[in-house]
Amino acid sequence: MDMQVAKKKLGLKERYAVMTRGLDWKPSYQKMEDIYPYIAYEGIKIHDWDKWEDPFRLTMDAYWKYQSEKERKLYSVLDAYVQSNGHLNVTDARYLNTVKLFISGISPLEYVAHRGFAHAGRQFPGPGPRVACLMQSLDEIRHAQTQVHAVSNYNKYYNGMHDFHHAHDRVWFLSVPKSFFDDAITAGPFEFMVSIGFSFEYVLTNLLFVPFVSGAAYNGDMGTMTFGFSAQSDEARHMTLGLEVIKFILQQDPANVPIVQRWIDKWTWRGYRVLTLVAMMMDYMLPKRTMSWKEAWEVYFEQNGGALFKDLARYGIKMPDCAAQIALEKDHLSHQAWSTFYNYGAATNFHSWMPDEDEMAWLSAKYPNSFDKHYRPRYEFWREQAAKGNRFYNKTLPMLCQTCQIPLVFTEPGDPTKICYREVDYKEDKYHFCSDHCKKIFEDEPEKYVQAWLPVHQIYQGNCFPEGTDPTVEGFDPLAAVLKYYHLEHGRDNLDFEGSEDQKNFEAWHGQATKNI
Amino acid sequence: MSTVFIALQTNEDTRQIVDAILQDNPHAVANEQPAMVKIDAEGKLVVRRETIEELIGRPYDLQEMQIHMITMSGNLDQTDDEMTLFWNA
Repeated sequence: MDMQVAKKKLGLKERYAVMTRGLDWKPSYQKMEDIYPYIAYEGIKIHDWDKWEDPFRLTMDAYWKYQSEKERKLYSVLDAYVQSNGHLNVTDARYLNTVKLFISGISPLEYVAHRGFAHAGRQFPGPGPRVACLMQSLDEIRHAQTQVHAVSNYNKYYNGMHDFHHAHDRVWFLSVPKSFFDDAITAGPFEFMVSIGFSFEYVLTNLLFVPFVSGAAYNGDMGTMTFGFSAQSDEARHMTLGLEVIKFILQQDPANVPIVQRWIDKWTWRGYRVLTLVAMMMDYMLPKRTMSWKEAWEVYFEQNGGALFKDLARYGIKMPDCAAQIALEKDHLSHQAWSTFYNYGAATNFHSWMPDEDEMAWLSAKYPNSFDKHYRPRYEFWREQAAKGNRFYNKTLPMLCQTCQIPLVFTEPGDPTKICYREVDYKEDKYHFCSDHCKKIFEDEPEKYVQAWLPVHQIYQGNCFPEGTDPTVEGFDPLAAVLKYYHLEHGRDNLDFEGSEDQKNFEAWHGQATKNI
Repeated sequence: MSTVFIALQTNEDTRQIVDAILQDNPHAVANEQPAMVKIDAEGKLVVRRETIEELIGRPYDLQEMQIHMITMSGNLDQTDDEMTLFWNA
């Protein structure tokens, strides 16, 4: 039987033209520069906005149709997951700490991304990018909401997630992702698009979402897997927007090339530093690992990013210089990060631990050039100390990088035995940096980065205690006061996984789920 | 020549889409990972509506792919009949 399919009246290209450019108009009684006040000051020259086209050619009517289907799928899975006590099916309660990291470190960024794309879209005079930014802005608030909904199920049973947004704005290590996005949304609309649309979404987002979501699937976390994939299904469109915007800006005027190159250099490095959290999650926090950080970096940055920059070479864009240093760090990044969190495990909203024998063997196999030589001995020492009742918690505050806000824990490129320190004198003050790249970013825009809200400085200045705290009283415990300010409960939300309430509860509940007691 | 890729969620809707893509792109390689399939291809990858329709036995709008997509790499061009990923260099 021949099925007769109703012929569409317009093809995709015509429909897209009608539903984007066709809806735009030229203002007659207001000046363009009054309507779009931020479009000129970054120095980017655009001659013809109509040259921009979304290659998916997605229009708002189709957008609503597909997004609502995604939502229906997502929420029916979430219901089933909750109804079947799905949280007891994860590989190991240690896994839940990746969820805590995600909800407090990443989900609030989705909301900021929503605001950022709404703002950028409003500022672009071209209807093509404006519609694409509107869609992305809606996607991002959808991601924030669905993540909060999915993770709220875990919050009923496990610690550390109860006040994630409060934590995001205050907890020391969360200032790393927070300041990254604050930096982006306070830039002009073009830099925002290059920073988030291109450098983060196109070059780096695969490293955040694919291993995280695939890791969730591998560790039995259907809730996270489902919101992750639902969010990820929007990412292909975001990546496309990022790439098209870059190509569009570069094609419009040769004078744009050096500006865009500087932004790509800056934001690739900024984004990479934020991904430090993902590196340690992949290598340490997933009980069942999908691939190592180093492998993910090789596939998604070296191979895929390599292809991308080869393609962009015809516009005069080259691979960012920082790629050389990142290549040197890939054997070390996750180990140095996890060591730091193990040290500072008394001041985090998740638990830390030392890898067991099998996990150490996995790390040795994945990192033959670095793990046994530089990190295993340190871990074995800490493990011995913990067994003797001396679990090490570092209670001194570290020096922070003025740009990325990560403590100065990374080593010199090419010398993993020496901590890397850089400094700059600017207007009577001294500023510290974790790397040459963060130092250069500061030197390019010092007036922006001197305003950074650095958690360690703020604690020392007395700004991170609950109101009414008197730090001069006898026996004052600054860490306890800071945890109260963070809304974290000592002994419950922080410290080692071994002996934690999460560990005990999961064991007891998991037992109930498999036995008749 | 550089590699382009598209990654789709593993589910009943994508099983035949993946088959269609592999059928139309003999040089492509499917790489199965937890809950997802990543299809890598040197230089260029074409997703054809007609092939998908033949395999699923119903009319298909390529924009439905939006629901199952995880990530992709390469420049994109989409029409009613084809979705193409490619590198120029």
